[in-house]
Amino acid sequence: MTTATIRTVVLDETVPAQAPWSAIVRAGDQLEIIDLHGNQAVDCLLYSAADRTDRYSAQATVAAQRNIFLTTGSVLLTEAGTPLMTVVADEVGNHDTIAGACSQESNTLRYGHHTRHQHACVENFLTAALEWGLGKRDLVSNINWFMNVPVEADGTLGIVDGLSAPGKKVTLRAEIDTLVLVSNCPQINNPCNGFDPTPVRMVVTR
Amino acid sequence: MTSTRSTDGARAHARAQAAAATIDRPDTPDGVDPAAVVLAQRIPTGGYANVVLGRGTRVRLADPAGTTCAHLFLLRAEAPWERLNVADTVKVPWQAYLSTGHPLLSDQGRVLATVVADSSGHHDTLCGPGAAGRHQLHLAGAKQGLAPRDIGPSVSLFRGVRVEADGGLVPTGNAPAGTAVDLLIHLPVTLLVANAAHPLDDRPTGDLDVLAWAAPTERATNDDPEYRRAVDNTEAAWAAALNSEVLA
Repeated sequence: MTTATIRTVVLDETVPAQAPWSAIVRAGDQLEIIDLHGNQAVDCLLYSAADRTDRYSAQATVAAQRNIFLTTGSVLLTEAGTPLMTVVADEVGNHDTIAGACSQESNTLRYGHHTRHQHACVENFLTAALEWGLGKRDLVSNINWFMNVPVEADGTLGIVDGLSAPGKKVTLRAEIDTLVLVSNCPQINNPCNGFDPTPVRMVVTR
Repeated sequence: MTSTRSTDGARAHARAQAAAATIDRPDTPDGVDPAAVVLAQRIPTGGYANVVLGRGTRVRLADPAGTTCAHLFLLRAEAPWERLNVADTVKVPWQAYLSTGHPLLSDQGRVLATVVADSSGHHDTLCGPGAAGRHQLHLAGAKQGLAPRDIGPSVSLFRGVRVEADGGLVPTGNAPAGTAVDLLIHLPVTLLVANAAHPLDDRPTGDLDVLAWAAPTERATNDDPEYRRAVDNTEAAWAAALNSEVLA
């Protein structure tokens, strides 16, 4: 006997290009992040909704799975080892969690001081964090859904052309109630958004 | 034999201990004025250090037996909301593996420290510490008034990791005995360091040596444009702070 699972949509929102977004995804709910137009980096931080000091750790996550890339089966861990979310489906196959978020400050290093006042992911993360009573101290190395960052044999790494395409999505199951902060990346100086930031869609099903 | 049943006896017993003990600490390096040394500690496994270091300090972390692992975190001493950003530390130099010339960057686009010498080459920016090392860093931070949320991703020295083409992580262990990493400090920092195993290489660790001395005339060398701009940002922040009555 097979049982078809009918999931109910409890949230369906489009995040405009360059904008922040946040929500609590309840344990057992699934968050689909849909790259509507292709090659759009979605920067993402996670916190236990019940204890926001227990936050996503890129280092704990990659150490536990012994691989830097996130894909189906990756368990997104806190520093304390608590599973926050699990990647249950992935139409791209490779997401970054070592290259962090763009900031106005790091943009001055990577591209020059003329970029100092361009919009950046840390501005979005701070905007979203402040709404939940969090601040700069709570920002750590994040996930970059749909961003492609290879590491070569000599350690050279960089953000290169993405592997995603219009309509591709990644699906995360919340293992505990999880606060999700997102920056729909506004970067225009590297290929993470195809040099053209575009909207993404967030769908939560139960 | 001293009785510790009385305060007199307990005091005598306590005072006798230092007289009888020998302290194991790293020697002053050749060419360094002993009077310039501000820190010399041998940290056993499970131990940690927390220390504020001034601009122009040279810090030597050493692996005397080829067995240690140093989990390192830096914050700007007078502004601890500015701290090591490991993602920027690998992304900005386009390089995941630490070696001579590599900056340890803050989240504000500034250089907290530069690696100015490295005879080990076995380091890791990707995995962080395990539970024990994380706890040691939390304790070290607590002694500087910091909460666990102030302590972000850290770098690990002396136990290496390499990334395979498919993203897989492979530990490369320690270099032979006697290697060291030197850091030049660009802004006053709070340095936290824990001696603990690596999550991908959980062999017990051996001693970690930490030495620091004043080296105000030393400069790091790195001609990358990203590095030069990071130094420019750092010098601008330092110049501005020097004009502050609060810090003057």
